[in-house]
Amino acid sequence: MQKVFGRPEALADVPTHYCPGCTHGIIHRLIAEVIDELGVRERAVGISPVGCAVLAYDYFNCDFVEASHGRAPAVATGIKRASPNTVVFTYQGDGDLASIGAGEIVHAASRGEKITVIFVNNAIYGMTGGQMAPTTLPGQRTTTSPRGRDPEVAGHPIKVCELLSSLSGPAYIARVSVTNPANVAKARRTVKKAFETQLDGKGFSLVEFLSTCPTNWGLSPVDALKWVDDKMAVYYPLGEYTKVPEVG
Amino acid sequence: MAERILMKGNEAVAEAAIIAGCRCFFGYPITPQNEIPEYMSRRMPEVGGVFLQAESEVAGSNMVYGAACTGARVMTTSSSPGISLMQEAISYMAGAELPCVIVNIVRGGPGLGGIQGAQSDYFQATKGGGHGDYRLLVLGPSTVQELVDLTMEAFDLAELYRNPVMLLGDAILGQMMEPVEMRERQPRADLPPKTWATTGAMGRPKNVITSLYLDPAKLERHNLRLADKYRRMAAEQVRYATHMTEDADVVLVAYGTTARIARAALERARERGLRVGLFRPISLWPFPYEALAAATAGASRVLVVEMSLGQMVEDVRLACGDTKPVHFYGRTGGMSPSPREILDEIVKIVEKGA
Repeated sequence: MQKVFGRPEALADVPTHYCPGCTHGIIHRLIAEVIDELGVRERAVGISPVGCAVLAYDYFNCDFVEASHGRAPAVATGIKRASPNTVVFTYQGDGDLASIGAGEIVHAASRGEKITVIFVNNAIYGMTGGQMAPTTLPGQRTTTSPRGRDPEVAGHPIKVCELLSSLSGPAYIARVSVTNPANVAKARRTVKKAFETQLDGKGFSLVEFLSTCPTNWGLSPVDALKWVDDKMAVYYPLGEYTKVPEVG
Repeated sequence: MAERILMKGNEAVAEAAIIAGCRCFFGYPITPQNEIPEYMSRRMPEVGGVFLQAESEVAGSNMVYGAACTGARVMTTSSSPGISLMQEAISYMAGAELPCVIVNIVRGGPGLGGIQGAQSDYFQATKGGGHGDYRLLVLGPSTVQELVDLTMEAFDLAELYRNPVMLLGDAILGQMMEPVEMRERQPRADLPPKTWATTGAMGRPKNVITSLYLDPAKLERHNLRLADKYRRMAAEQVRYATHMTEDADVVLVAYGTTARIARAALERARERGLRVGLFRPISLWPFPYEALAAATAGASRVLVVEMSLGQMVEDVRLACGDTKPVHFYGRTGGMSPSPREILDEIVKIVEKGA
């Protein structure tokens, strides 16, 4: 009998710790599928963040390094520069990448580091219990914005794709979601493009995923997906922000 | 015998690192060590290595962490405020057992401080600096030649113990020019293979480098295992030098640049018939407690001289216990003691019994 569906080799056969309705699991799987498809599992080095995905090294079946909070792009830079044949990807949340690690991501992008960044934006701090993130939407209630985020007090949410695509270093920047099968399929193609950008030596690539946090949003998994579509994708439009022109 | 060439301390560190096989350098400019990244930016491309100027010391030290993960010989250099920023990565590298070399060309502090030489980072270097239970091997050279030799050795020691090694110099040593021999040097033959490196899981199970242990029992086991390693380092890496301590009534204790000044004071004291000796710790961690106790056994007084308000003096008091008075003389803020001042201090404690 022909096997038409199975676990990607790049995904370890272990249960994850993620909350019900969180889309980290889908995103992990898409990355693993792309790594398999491109045949780079034995060259891949992933870098996990501080935050919900801190244990990502347990879930992927490839070499992995745990970075300190926000520094994954700097660690990735060290790995890629020291060992250029590796395929290096970071997996970072919004607190990690857009707050404490804002400097590291801006400069890695600006240098055009040949790494791939997977940026999972769920508009809240998940692991620490639902505090305000730099990506928390105006009016969104969190444990540290209990009356809703007031941009007058807390500043405005950071649009990472728009910010980084203003730089000259990045080769590929896109924002996706995984709220329905069509978006999942599109996200998979996008992740593949990001890794291909690295493999082709074109430069820095980043895919931002709009993701869910039913636990800290206080929504059911289904309503959380709807909130991504109705609220987040309005503030953070999906699409490709930076593309290197095809050559030849 | 190799040719002796005149080199500035900072540049000598850089060339020594390259001879020792360092092929990755990440750093951020800070006075008074800028000649090191400048030298590396010229030389690294010539030897097929990596030089990258980071956007900050925080990023630079995390680039070191990344490169160390691949098993590369990697170094960063900085000065006091920059080293403070690097403490995050230093703690992580100690926790994840990654070899690297960190050079601190110390300047006066606290805060932005100044740019003149100081020894006020002794506590930070030898007692922790970053968070958690860990130790660094800390070496305190006192000449440019020793800076060269210890830089080369530091790469081997880092790999031998899978631990960051710090060289604690200062602005005077970094900026000073002295003749040095740059001897070719191969890594020692007994270094363990880097089977832990994350360079892609080609034909082997995946490697994971982390310092996260959510289960406290596992973290305790990890820390106890590290403690065994630190005990091994403490037993195997004690280094020091003595000068005329055999008949000494007063033993000066000083390291690095201050030890040279103290030696000049010793010579003047001997001319005046004062029996003065010098004990110079070279490994600041592990501190040579037993050797110092032995070297001061016959002396009636000990005088510790530092370019700080008194940091190493605490280790000297631990070594000497209550057996004899341990005096302290220090200058701070980038000021260095003169031989005259040290001599005056010796005379004061000997003749006036202060």
